[in-house]
Amino acid sequence: MVSQIQYTKPQVLRMLVDVRDPEIPVLSIEEIGMLRDVVIDENGCEVIITPTYTACPAMAMIEKDIKQTLADQGIDVVKVTTVFAPAWSTDWMSEDTKEKLRAYGIAAPLHSTCDAAKDKSSIVECPQCFSTKTTLISQFGSTACKALYRCEKCLEPFDYFKCH
Amino acid sequence: MGSKEQLFKYLLRLGDNALIQGHRLSEWCSRGPILEEDIALSNLALDNIGRAQAFLQYASEVEGNGHTADDLAYRRSERQYLNFLITELPTGNFAYTITKQLFIAQYDVILFEALCKSTDTTIAGIAAKAIKEARYHASHASDWCLRLGMGTALSHDLLQNEINDIWMFTGEMFEMTELDKDLVQFGISPDLTILQNIWLDKVGSVLIKSGIQLPGQGYQQTGSQQGIHTEHLGHILSEMQYLQRAYPDATW
Repeated sequence: MVSQIQYTKPQVLRMLVDVRDPEIPVLSIEEIGMLRDVVIDENGCEVIITPTYTACPAMAMIEKDIKQTLADQGIDVVKVTTVFAPAWSTDWMSEDTKEKLRAYGIAAPLHSTCDAAKDKSSIVECPQCFSTKTTLISQFGSTACKALYRCEKCLEPFDYFKCH
Repeated sequence: MGSKEQLFKYLLRLGDNALIQGHRLSEWCSRGPILEEDIALSNLALDNIGRAQAFLQYASEVEGNGHTADDLAYRRSERQYLNFLITELPTGNFAYTITKQLFIAQYDVILFEALCKSTDTTIAGIAAKAIKEARYHASHASDWCLRLGMGTALSHDLLQNEINDIWMFTGEMFEMTELDKDLVQFGISPDLTILQNIWLDKVGSVLIKSGIQLPGQGYQQTGSQQGIHTEHLGHILSEMQYLQRAYPDATW
């Protein structure tokens, strides 16, 4: 049976605002840059996503959430495709997105693309007390995309979203 | 375009290197010297396993006989693995792991930089993604080399020992096999002799800064590209493949 397509790409994109990064629930997959495209044709609706890191363990959950969110709105034929190119970058985050990260307690990526050496020499502001007296504890933190810092003023440890 | 068999074999090399390296690193999980390092080594393991998944997924598509990435990871035997010997060496002490990491991560950075320009666009896409992670891995290993090399007499001597011991497994990473010679012609993979000089420069400069002497030219052990491995690979596979062998087709 051929189903009549009764939705448009902008509508689907609006529905997908409800799909969040499970590790950072204040951001949608669109804001974080994982949602790459929506293709609607006679076969139905295809959602194209890209992982932040190659082994991002949230991918299966995000795929499930996309299918569920669209099914709730009556869109059944959904294929979720994962692509690696172009490689995801923190450069795709808008200033608004970075502000949401900070408000959530995660220091936002400071400069363009990844540079481990530059990251080490960067001054990362504490998202709790805004002090710039902070120390890198480890470039590998609670998830693949974050580094671990400590604030020397409020003494709180915090996550920094690595440039990538 | 190389033949399908050649491309498949090359993808197995890329995938198996990441898989076995990732498995070895995962052995540190809950055994790290400090909590932060435990997390770091587990992160490195995860990145490698993700990379293995990407390359083996593509390998299974190229092979085209219905195998999945999981079949390739869990249903092959030792002789069918094409990972370099250095990746299967035991985890050893922390200095031993850091030495392996330095050699392998610096190699990955240089290799992926070259593979970003591969005429195979899928390989180029995975390389462009993986290089971002590999740069963090190389930086992590270099930092620890400095700390161990410039630390106590004990840490310095341990590091120097491990560098001397593992050196004989580094040459294999640059061996130009018949497969490499063919794939270079098609622009799929890079000329490894050029990569070797860049690698020696990079690794050499980290070791000099760490107060470690570069081992001279010596005997180099090879064999992995003919499926001839050290005694360690069989033990890794017996653990890694246990579940799929005991309960074929088990899923979550």
